[in-house]
Amino acid sequence: MSIRVGKTGNEAVAEAMRQINPDVVAAYPITPQTEIVQIFSSFVANGKVDTEFVTVESEHSAMSATVGAASAGARSMTATSANGLAFMWEIVYIAAGMRLPIVMPVVNRALSGPLNIHCDHSDTMGARDSGWIQLFSENAQEAYDNAVQAPRIAENPDVKLPVMVTMDGFIISHAMEVMEILEDEKVREFIGKYVPENPLLDVDNPVTLGPVDLQDWNFEHKRQQAEAMRNAKPVILDVASEYAKLTGRKYGLFEEYKLDDADIAIVVLGSTAGTAKVAVNALRAKGVRAGMLKMRVFRPFPAEEIADALKHVKAVAVMDRSDSFNAVGGPVFVDVRSALYDVDNGPKIVNYIYGIGGRDVTPDHVKTVYADLAKIAETGQVENPLTYLGIRE
Amino acid sequence: MSVPKDAGWKDVPKAGRILEPGSAAKYETGGWRTYRPVHIPENCINCLFCWIYCPDQAILVEDGKFKGIDYAYCKGCGICATECPGKRGNKALKMILDEEA
Ligand code: SF4
Ligand code: SF4
Repeated sequence: MSIRVGKTGNEAVAEAMRQINPDVVAAYPITPQTEIVQIFSSFVANGKVDTEFVTVESEHSAMSATVGAASAGARSMTATSANGLAFMWEIVYIAAGMRLPIVMPVVNRALSGPLNIHCDHSDTMGARDSGWIQLFSENAQEAYDNAVQAPRIAENPDVKLPVMVTMDGFIISHAMEVMEILEDEKVREFIGKYVPENPLLDVDNPVTLGPVDLQDWNFEHKRQQAEAMRNAKPVILDVASEYAKLTGRKYGLFEEYKLDDADIAIVVLGSTAGTAKVAVNALRAKGVRAGMLKMRVFRPFPAEEIADALKHVKAVAVMDRSDSFNAVGGPVFVDVRSALYDVDNGPKIVNYIYGIGGRDVTPDHVKTVYADLAKIAETGQVENPLTYLGIRE
Repeated sequence: MSVPKDAGWKDVPKAGRILEPGSAAKYETGGWRTYRPVHIPENCINCLFCWIYCPDQAILVEDGKFKGIDYAYCKGCGICATECPGKRGNKALKMILDEEA
């Protein structure tokens, strides 16, 4: 029996953290993530968790303490947003390189400057090559579900990689919705007892973690890390199917929404997927074969599966809530287009950069994307490979 | 665990972890050396400053007296020769080019 509750995204993720009951949480507050840390610290103060909560003076220290705790053998978590993630940067890579199964909710927010606290994906997209698994969430329910599944993925012996669970700042983190949570015992049973690998606190088996690693072996250790990311894909699916048995909620690498018979489709992540579904439904009612692919797992990138899901579509628009500033397009676009390269007679593909700095995106905006796609599908011609959607020209 | 010469990326511990304690002793830092310290016994007052300062435990001591230099580990940093007070200003350690030894 699940429990129906009304929660914001931040409350939902703090609740998941309470149920996970990590050994150590080291965190620093930053808008819009602050509530997660604040709510979790009240769980600590009220004795609802056994967690050692480390209040630190910065995010660099938050991630450092989390890495230290994870190395010692603790199930460890932290949480952040935007510039906090940027401040962690050095240690974010170290967590992955040391193969520590840390779980970190990241509430997506624009990276300064100019100073902005609202949602876009520039923070976690910047970390897409850091070696962390990245799970995106459409709403509070998905943020909760991803957070509960994350330790199982991270701690799998074939993976042993840290996981970021993202949700859109304010749009999800501060919006209340009706959702379902599991009973505490079910979550604890699902995630299981943590058995750390080579913990520093196992004094009978002393080990050195993170030593200097130069030309002779560093390449091999990075090769292992690359393999772990490949291994993560089937593990994510296994964990999802186990979770579906528990909750009835099915997760894959991505969600296909009316994509089977679609002529035109968009690829999108995060809360905009909900907005896009409204647009798809309206277009379907008019007989337009519109579909959507909502990415859940951005790292590892499910290239073959995406190519397979989109190969029959005539025109695809990839919606990026961040810019790569590479003078080409957004990060999701670049990866999706690359995934489609080997598809014979594959779809035409265009990019829309939208929602930067929290700029609102409505079903009407998404409908204009589908209108552009319909034209491309009809003529076979791409006029604008990249559009800044909702910009003031 | 010593890594066999023909080991590949699948054979070695994750992330460069060292699972065998004390294994640094197997790593002979003597190969780094350009200069080597040589001992001049008549100038030595057995103060053992060299032993205290040596970062590689390459100064060998027996019965509280300077005994020798372990060239398998001496990396030739020259700290011992710098710190050596010697006798009446005449140092008991000097650095010479390794290839001239
Ligand atoms: S040269 Fe450096 S490493 Fe060698 S014995 Fe002297 S102090 Fe030790
Ligand atoms: S520092 Fe010089 S004088 Fe002192 S023990 Fe070493 S070699 Fe002898």
